[in-house]
Amino acid sequence: MSNRRSKAAFAATSVVLAIAVAACGSSSSKGGSTAPTSSGVAPTTANGGTGNVAAAFNAGTKGVVNASTKTGGTLNYLATADFDSLDPARTYYAYSIDFQRYFSRTLMAYDAKPGVAGTKAVPDLATGPGQVSNGGKTITYTLKDGIKFQDGTPITSKDVKYGIERDFAQDVLPGGPTYNMDMLDEGQKYPGPYKDKDPNHLGLKSVQTPDDKTIVFNLASPYSDWDYIMTLPTAAPVEAKVDLDPATGGAKYASHVVSSGPYMIQSYQPNKSLVLVKNPNWDQSTDTIRHQLVDKVTVTMGLDSDDMDKRLLSGQGDIEIESTGVQSTAQTSILRDPKLKANADAPLTGFTRFFALNQNVPELSNVDCRKAIEYAANKVDLQTARGGPIGGGDIATTVAPPTLPGYQSFNDYPSGADNTGDLAQAKAELAKCGQPNGFHTNIATTNKGKGPKVATALQAALARVGIKADIQQFDSSNYYSTTIGTPSNVKSKDLGIQVVGWGADFPTGYGYFSAIADGRKILQAGGNSNWAEVNDPAINAALDDMTQTTDQSKKDADVQTIDKALMAGAYYLPFTYDKALTYRNPRLTNVYVTGAAGMYDFVSIGTDDGK
Amino acid sequence: MITFLIRRVIQAVTVLLAVSLITFGVFFLVPKMSGSDPAALFAGKLTNPEALNGIRIKLGLNHPILQQYWDYIGGFFHARHFDDGPDKTLCNWPCFGYSFKTDLPVSHLIADRFPVTLSLAIGAPIIWLTVGVTVGRISALRPRSLSDRVSMTLALAAVSLPVYFTAAVLRLFVVYNWHWLDDITYVGFTHNPWLWAKNLILPWISLATLYAASYARFTRASMLEVLGEDYIRTARAKGLPERTVINRHAMRPVATLIVTLFGMDVGALMGGAILTESVFGLPGLGKLGYDAIAQHDLTIIMGVTILATFFIVVANIVVDMLYAVIDPRVRIS
Repeated sequence: MSNRRSKAAFAATSVVLAIAVAACGSSSSKGGSTAPTSSGVAPTTANGGTGNVAAAFNAGTKGVVNASTKTGGTLNYLATADFDSLDPARTYYAYSIDFQRYFSRTLMAYDAKPGVAGTKAVPDLATGPGQVSNGGKTITYTLKDGIKFQDGTPITSKDVKYGIERDFAQDVLPGGPTYNMDMLDEGQKYPGPYKDKDPNHLGLKSVQTPDDKTIVFNLASPYSDWDYIMTLPTAAPVEAKVDLDPATGGAKYASHVVSSGPYMIQSYQPNKSLVLVKNPNWDQSTDTIRHQLVDKVTVTMGLDSDDMDKRLLSGQGDIEIESTGVQSTAQTSILRDPKLKANADAPLTGFTRFFALNQNVPELSNVDCRKAIEYAANKVDLQTARGGPIGGGDIATTVAPPTLPGYQSFNDYPSGADNTGDLAQAKAELAKCGQPNGFHTNIATTNKGKGPKVATALQAALARVGIKADIQQFDSSNYYSTTIGTPSNVKSKDLGIQVVGWGADFPTGYGYFSAIADGRKILQAGGNSNWAEVNDPAINAALDDMTQTTDQSKKDADVQTIDKALMAGAYYLPFTYDKALTYRNPRLTNVYVTGAAGMYDFVSIGTDDGK
Repeated sequence: MITFLIRRVIQAVTVLLAVSLITFGVFFLVPKMSGSDPAALFAGKLTNPEALNGIRIKLGLNHPILQQYWDYIGGFFHARHFDDGPDKTLCNWPCFGYSFKTDLPVSHLIADRFPVTLSLAIGAPIIWLTVGVTVGRISALRPRSLSDRVSMTLALAAVSLPVYFTAAVLRLFVVYNWHWLDDITYVGFTHNPWLWAKNLILPWISLATLYAASYARFTRASMLEVLGEDYIRTARAKGLPERTVINRHAMRPVATLIVTLFGMDVGALMGGAILTESVFGLPGLGKLGYDAIAQHDLTIIMGVTILATFFIVVANIVVDMLYAVIDPRVRIS
């Protein structure tokens, strides 16, 4: 019957459309709406400045907007999707880790200050920074008095140790950073607290708790950034009795998180909503970072991205929590309307977008061939593909982003006066590497978001000098873990050029560079982040120096050594320092971009209308 | 009648099993064949080979594919146990498994989302049935008149517009430009029936537009066909009032066809209106499935697919039975 056929067709089309809409829609994909302009080689300065500032465009990157101590009201966050997890051991998204500051306190935490000042780790549950001894291998913290969980139970060093041990149960609690497991196992092969034979489930040997207020970490080698590892939610205290109860613990803990911070979870409906209320057992006198300003915090999830932008601009919501920036329609509205623009910020997110040029792929084994690619790239086109100067970011010439302590601007491969590429120089490099007519290679990218656009832009730029690059798209779910994360796969599929983006898990030179530049950390089995497979003794030595020294100026010098070596070897081709155009509701107080997260510091925000 | 029912139930179960097998194959076998690893989808950003193996064991992915399927189907008949960390977790039947990402039982998620989809599936069909059949009927009684041409052109336009377009345009004008309604959120019927209806008006209209248009055209076409039949001419010749001719004699065959269509459409709608729910941010089964596709949460996708199939199959059976009731010429045999 014709109607059955047409209905089947309709049903099929709906499903296909749904999948197509799902595949190409994501809150981070934006069209390039502003005309491509070169923003010059010198990038903007990193988000900085302290002190209070009046509301204006980008004020949030310069200081604290609408500073106030007023209390009361409800904060309404908007989101298109759920957090990756509320379980502090399992969350890795930057905005989710920022949000954890509401309810997961840690030994150390980022100071509640704007810009670079916010990248400093200060004591939170601990009385002071880690006390270092034994040549830098032993680090001791003392806990403050009067710190409690939301149920009134005092927080002890054993709770911190238990929380850290959960990082080892990757089969039950995957998804979060694995620094605890990577650095504290030291050959013990600790199986995680659920399979722990110790009666108190505290069998991890490298961490000791001589009394309830003291915790001692014994590392295999010195690591001067340990305070930063202790800012991650994976080091938050967890009550063993809650986590070991089958009804509330293990994989279910994400729905039963016990708070140590000023707010606690009142209700959580996955993919729908989250409500936080004040934690009565949090004591302001123990916390120099946070305050209880608002009465309630709500997160509404599952919104359509354009609808979310509309709600934000009309004042129905306060902040888009995912902080990836508004869609192109809202971007146009904001940039055209001075009133809206005064409430917008375009912070540097701390991510650099670049291509990895893998030296183990035959056609790219010669550094001059890689240099040809550096010169031939059209950085304006790449910036446009990312969304333009405001929606995408500033043109990049270094691997380190401007937000990283130790960053300095330099450009080894000037792309011509207009940044569209230096074709003459590129051809000269091709001649030097013995391929005057170019060569063939592949560009690997994810199949969603801006990756394909960026790959297309590079393909067109390289074709101008005879480098023929085919684009290979891969599923984003295992792009980083398997596709470009397995060196043998890269070699067999000839993925010479790879579209990547990188932001540090914590804002130090080592936090940024170790995964992408350490020649001893090329993981052959998968999950490799040293995509270019760099193995330079000078870089390795600088990385080691950064973990040993506590002198900031030496660390900064090491950052320069590494960055310059990476660019001199043409291992990476950076093209933008990521920015995101975000909007703050004018009723909000204490709004500023923190250098630690590259987005607003959620826990500091209040309302001035008490609603 | 009983034999009919038994036969149809057996048929329905066969269809459900076939769909579950195919869905299982698509989501568990195909990734394996194309080289990607369901355990990696679950693991997230980092992969640690030991962790991946642990995940595989926990999710049962290390078992042969048929074993996994058997365990999954078994969950609909008896409780299953999952290794969840501190202890084994009990999943009561019907066990749709556990969501990869949130580790919540899929049956809870489905039960939570179902009222929203049910609300859509109640309101929109009422609107489209009344509007569609009325318009179609009026058009059929005045073929080629101005009102006929206008309404059929409008119907053609409405049928051609995808529902996500209609929904977005309606929302733009009604909520943001004219401010007739506030932002759409779902309010439970038991919480506040007035707000429930108020929030659902736009989604109902968006959905109904598409169907009303096709029902109008369909009603018009079948009515015109029926009105040309000999027995209608006979009824008129016999002197029956026009109203009786139309309502008692002409509408009966049209009604049987409409009931068939209607049953199938409502059955399909019970599985979730993906596009409408997504545009309006309504947390129904369609949105659940859509989010699960984006997050590669395979157990939720399977649960929603099987549930949707179940509704369509049941609707099929109900429609066939109703057909026999309305049209005595059809014997259930």
